[in-house]
Amino acid sequence: MEYVKTILIVASINVIAVIGMTIFTGFTGLFSLGHAAFMAIGAYGAGILTYFYHVPFLLAILFGSVLAGLVSLIIGYPLIKGKLGSDYLAIALLGFGEAVRVILENLKITQGARGLPGIRICSTLPILIGAIIISILVARNLINSKYGRRFIAIREDSVAAEMLGVPLFKTKYFSFFISALYCGLSGGLFAHYFGFIQPAMFTMEQSTQILASVVCGGVGSITGPIIATYIFVAIPEVFRFAKLWRLVFYGGALVLTMIFRSSGLMGYQEITFYRFFNKYNRFNNKIRTKLLKCLSNKGKHL
Amino acid sequence: MLQTIITGLGIGSIYALMAVGYCLVFSILTFSNFAHGAIIMLGAYWGFLFCSILGLPFIVSLIFTAIITGIISILNERLAYRSLRERRAPSLYLMITAMGVSIMLENLVYSTIGSNFYSYPKVFAKDYIEIFHSTIGVIDVYSFIFSIVCITLLHLFLSYTKNGIAIRAGVTDPIAVSLMGANFNNLIRNVFFLSGIFAGIAGVFMGLRYMVYPQMGWITNKAYIAAVIGGLGSLPGAIIGGLLLGIVETIVSVYISSVIRDVFSFSFLILVLLIKPLGLLGKKLEEKV
Repeated sequence: MEYVKTILIVASINVIAVIGMTIFTGFTGLFSLGHAAFMAIGAYGAGILTYFYHVPFLLAILFGSVLAGLVSLIIGYPLIKGKLGSDYLAIALLGFGEAVRVILENLKITQGARGLPGIRICSTLPILIGAIIISILVARNLINSKYGRRFIAIREDSVAAEMLGVPLFKTKYFSFFISALYCGLSGGLFAHYFGFIQPAMFTMEQSTQILASVVCGGVGSITGPIIATYIFVAIPEVFRFAKLWRLVFYGGALVLTMIFRSSGLMGYQEITFYRFFNKYNRFNNKIRTKLLKCLSNKGKHL
Repeated sequence: MLQTIITGLGIGSIYALMAVGYCLVFSILTFSNFAHGAIIMLGAYWGFLFCSILGLPFIVSLIFTAIITGIISILNERLAYRSLRERRAPSLYLMITAMGVSIMLENLVYSTIGSNFYSYPKVFAKDYIEIFHSTIGVIDVYSFIFSIVCITLLHLFLSYTKNGIAIRAGVTDPIAVSLMGANFNNLIRNVFFLSGIFAGIAGVFMGLRYMVYPQMGWITNKAYIAAVIGGLGSLPGAIIGGLLLGIVETIVSVYISSVIRDVFSFSFLILVLLIKPLGLLGKKLEEKV
């Protein structure tokens, strides 16, 4: 049980970063291979505060998140102002991510590659669930707001959006900032769950996994990527009996989803309570009509 | 100083070899083939098999490796990319698929061969030669000459053969080329074969210079950066980017510090992109309304 709970918690921490990435990649249509760096900044920002200065936990993770946001404002300004193409933006952010990792390995306050051991463990499941619910609500409201519509307009056709008066730079910049905030929050929770962080935890693989969850879950959906995250964290665990082969399965699953369901698990749709009940009602009605038909047919035979 | 520059050119020419593979695929399909790094890694393993275990001469094993990685690259395209390509999926999907392939191949090697480090046997008679009072690594000279030969051959192939001209035409306009009677699928196959050949050669040289291990594909990120610096999809750009990155890295690690070498090359990349958002020789892709 403890094992399942651990997996659930790890997945839930990733989910928060994935929601941030959904806003940036899924809704704004830009992509990045360096968002693990924001997780690292959030984790170190929060971890150092609680470790060295004994700041309360909630304040520390907020600080980590805001720190990641500030860094995103600094790095995002030239990158997004420069109107880089999508592949170029992704690779520039990959470069940024690796640079952050190397800097963390060489700073004094982060204790280099040894990392910070013995951070207070505060991220419990209730706190995580609360964080996820708040994250989802904020993301949903953001997507349905004026800003969210601007994001979607840019994703669909940036030229047309610009002609209609959507400020391209401001909107992309804002989307980047929000995604960094989410990743920072996720990093802070990560640090306070494992109690130990080191720069090697936040590599390109982590960034790839976040991006892969968003794309496989469905570009343009919030619930899809969340489900995909849980699946992607679960696959290596389910196949643990296969030892080293499990990551082969993970890669294979990634390829197969892209080939057979390239719009992602959910495509542009969301799982909502409304849809669920609607489906349930429709299903009920279908069965009822079928039953009635059967009955009436039987009546004819008789 | 001469020594530093030659070492830089040696490393840079390997980067250029790898970057050419990225470029070939990017120029025609406009997506970043992240599986290329994994294929380079496989090339290093095959080269090790031929060179060290079977004891074949170096040149023969290089050719065998190149052919095998070429075939692996074709298989990669056939199995993973073709169906996406035929559905005209956005390049982001192809990129994620490529990452999946790369994770899969890397871990396949982990689980079958293991994570041991292997080193190639001594291929060259001497490790160092002395010119003008500076010691120069033989492998640097060899890799530089060899990559120049390979890239020249590629250039000749693209310029003067029928297939090569078809590939260049496909880069300009894929639809028009298929209307002219060229089989676009065969064309893509040829491109992937070429990029696989370059992956194999680069892999063998990488193995010679460093070691052979499953994660060596990581170094190919540098090659990708070289390709981006030069301008994705431009062959001369890939060569210039590779050599430039190699020299800059060597100079930084010799004269400043080898710790900040990677930070430096990444900030170099960001700097180049800020000044020229499409790389040094990138083609201008204007958005059509």
